[in-house]
Amino acid sequence: MTPAVIDDTTLLAVLAPFAAAVVAPILTRWFKHNAAWPLALVPALIFVHFAGFISPVSIGGTFVAAVAWAPSYGVNFSVYVDGLSTLFALLISGIGTFIILYAGGYLKGHPQQGRFFSFLFLFMGAMLGLVLGNNLFTLFIFWELTSITSFLLIGFDHLRAASRRAAIQALVVTGGGGLLLLAGIILIINVTGQMEMSALLASPDVIKDSGWYLPIFILVLGGAFTKSAQFPFHFWLPNAMEAPTPVSAFLHSATMVKAGVYLLMRMHPVLGETALWTTVLPLFGGVTLLVGTILAVRQTDLKLMLAYTTVASLGLLVMLTGSSYEKALEGAVLYLLAHSLFKGALFMVAGTIDHEAGTRDVTKLGGLRSAMPITFAAACLAGLSMSGLPPFIGFIAKEILYYGTWGWPGTGLVMTGVAVVGNALMLVIAAAVAIKPFFGPKTDTPKHAHEGPVLLYAGPVVLSVVGLILALIPHTTGVLFIGPTLSSLVGTFTQIDLHLLPAKIISPPVILSTITVALGVVLFLQLDRLRAMIAGALTAIGWGPDKGFDQAIAGIVSVSSAITRLVQGGKMQTYMVLTFVAAAGAVLVPAIVGGGLPAVPQMPVHTFYEWSIFLVAVLGLVAVLIAKTRLTAIVSLGIQGFAVAIIFLLFGAPDLAFTQLMVETLSVVILALVMTRLNLSPRDHRSSTASMVTGTIALSVGAGIGLTLMAITQQPFDRALSDFFTEYSNSIAYGRNIVNVILVDFRGIDTLGEIAVVALAGLCVLALIRVHTKQADPIGDRPKASKSAKSKEAV
Amino acid sequence: MRTVIFRTIAPYLSALMVLYSIFVLLRGHNEPGGGFIGGLIAASALAIFGIACGVASVRRAIIVHPMSLAGFGLFIGAAAGVISLFTAQPFMTSQWWPVNLFGVEIKLSTPLIFDIGVYLVVVGAISSIALALEERESD
Repeated sequence: MTPAVIDDTTLLAVLAPFAAAVVAPILTRWFKHNAAWPLALVPALIFVHFAGFISPVSIGGTFVAAVAWAPSYGVNFSVYVDGLSTLFALLISGIGTFIILYAGGYLKGHPQQGRFFSFLFLFMGAMLGLVLGNNLFTLFIFWELTSITSFLLIGFDHLRAASRRAAIQALVVTGGGGLLLLAGIILIINVTGQMEMSALLASPDVIKDSGWYLPIFILVLGGAFTKSAQFPFHFWLPNAMEAPTPVSAFLHSATMVKAGVYLLMRMHPVLGETALWTTVLPLFGGVTLLVGTILAVRQTDLKLMLAYTTVASLGLLVMLTGSSYEKALEGAVLYLLAHSLFKGALFMVAGTIDHEAGTRDVTKLGGLRSAMPITFAAACLAGLSMSGLPPFIGFIAKEILYYGTWGWPGTGLVMTGVAVVGNALMLVIAAAVAIKPFFGPKTDTPKHAHEGPVLLYAGPVVLSVVGLILALIPHTTGVLFIGPTLSSLVGTFTQIDLHLLPAKIISPPVILSTITVALGVVLFLQLDRLRAMIAGALTAIGWGPDKGFDQAIAGIVSVSSAITRLVQGGKMQTYMVLTFVAAAGAVLVPAIVGGGLPAVPQMPVHTFYEWSIFLVAVLGLVAVLIAKTRLTAIVSLGIQGFAVAIIFLLFGAPDLAFTQLMVETLSVVILALVMTRLNLSPRDHRSSTASMVTGTIALSVGAGIGLTLMAITQQPFDRALSDFFTEYSNSIAYGRNIVNVILVDFRGIDTLGEIAVVALAGLCVLALIRVHTKQADPIGDRPKASKSAKSKEAV
Repeated sequence: MRTVIFRTIAPYLSALMVLYSIFVLLRGHNEPGGGFIGGLIAASALAIFGIACGVASVRRAIIVHPMSLAGFGLFIGAAAGVISLFTAQPFMTSQWWPVNLFGVEIKLSTPLIFDIGVYLVVVGAISSIALALEERESD
């Protein structure tokens, strides 16, 4: 079925958050934290727009819209709306609405709140563009934009070293994965000749049948696994908890980390259902699920516990997507929806507890239920959904995914086992996060805990209640959301019928659920012992990918600094020798090897005064060589330069002569100044060998340039350009001085580049002189320091 | 270097050189000269003034930091190129506005603005270097 073309409103919906990002700081200056209310309208309207697609998409409709972006490269800004992208767009804009509200309450009074809103909106726009992107390059650009905005958000609290490290780590891992994806996309475009996702999906077997399937598979997986924090790339996600909680709730649970899963689901019809796919994905996903839950149990920080279960959930999603088995895919879609709702809510609950009680260490929290009743209610609803208990969407998701793993062709038993253990541990964490802080005796917390403002509890309440409602209307949920999304995954229109309670009570999923709950409860009661055990095991191992990342970065830094030291030893003389030897080699070697040497010229006929100027130039050079002091040498060099200027004048190049004259004057002045500045001794104390070496280099460069010029002038002269300039200089550029007309008009852009270089070079020299001053005046040396401060003022 | 004669003459000499540099700059389109040469002359004028009367007096005389001159020059150089975009012509297409002033036709143009930009960049960049170097010497 070919997608229907729709109007550009959807394109505008993708761009709307970017506009909001511009407005947000202004509104925040006017309304302080209450700016969250008008700002939340933006994602709310986007949500309404995409809600309009629910009904047409549920009967199998797909839609595209596009405007040309860089048409010469075939790059369009285009969107593709089907079940999968509608579900994601609704999640992003819906949860985004409440995240904006939550951010208003969470960062109330923060001096940079406007900037924070801005970053959030930038991210939201990037994420929408990513899940809706039809053109592969559009998709990639938005993919990288999510990495960059995530970097900004994680590093929002940029004064803390931990934030900065986490931000850089996330950027390196996800950005690096993005580069793999780019390579994959380029391969896909080369193999299929298609740039639009919709066209790719229309002929799904092209890549699988080509010889390039394996590299494309690896590269796409590289992008997806880094973004979705699959083991062993999972370490950046828990570290990203350095970000303010609204960021964790939005990016690192509901949206950005799901981009990898989105990509896998999107590519499933094109890349999936192969032996490779059904082996590699479940393997990585299963390991990630187990590693994530085990590491989560070890944590006591609420946010970190949630972060590791997010890693685990992403693993579960990848594992299920890797089955290519319809029932498991259905479980994946359901779990994706359920997870976004309950994890977003739980993160916000954790943030509210942190905000109101002053700590999020689960061992220090207890008895908050009477102080924070609304937050407690939301935490319970979300926690039950996460535990997979009825009547919540999390329960339905777990039932279906057990159907999926049980019926999994081949390795069903292993997958079921992994899923049961993972879900049981997930239940442990859900209980620890949602129940532990609220029950038991009230503990002393750093702040006196009480209910937060409506901005803080609106999000968790709505998200957890939606999780309940969707489960209470299972048929509608199935028809409107799960079925269409599943259709995108399997590639053909599929309708499903969901029920809250399974038809048969004695069936594998129900039994597995019971085992899961029993196991979870037992483990929860032993939580402290379990935590100590895992902590002991991890200490015994002592090394993890997180440490490995630091080692890799340290390795890169030391290798690059070694190379830098090798290439830039810091000794001016070495640079000059290398530069001039290279220059001499570049002109002399090709001339000698390729036979480009000039013929022996005839002695030109010149007048007496021309010869005398030549003589002056030579005398200047001789004076340089025999000069006793350096200052004399510099001035003698000036003599030679002036003589050359006069030669230019004699042979009809007044502009050149004029410039040469000024340049020579200034060079002498500046060289003399540099000499006094560097406190060089007035005399040159080099050994005769060193003088021989530099002399040889100087002679070869001079000879090389001279011979090249002679060879060039012996060629027949092509007058095309001169004739052009002579003819048109006055007629179209209204100038009789051809040189100047060339400089400012015919070749004006060259000159613009040159003056930019001049200005930059000036800046660099100025900076170098300042650096020198600073080193000469060490800090703490008071009189000198004040002097340099004064000179800075003068500057 | 700082003889009485030099110190007395230097301000006048510098003033004349700056004046001359502007003359060279403006006549550049038809006679030998132009922004680059003019800029070099003005930079030497400032260098002479600095050697004779100290860097502080030069900085007072030109009011702004020489690097700002260079930056401004680069800006108007680029801006002169942008003007043609408004007439739907390619970047840096020259625009001419002949003005009749006291019976003499003066051709104002974007190349002229651009040339002034070149002049300022050259003066600014070179005299920042020269002044920074002289400063330490005179301390």
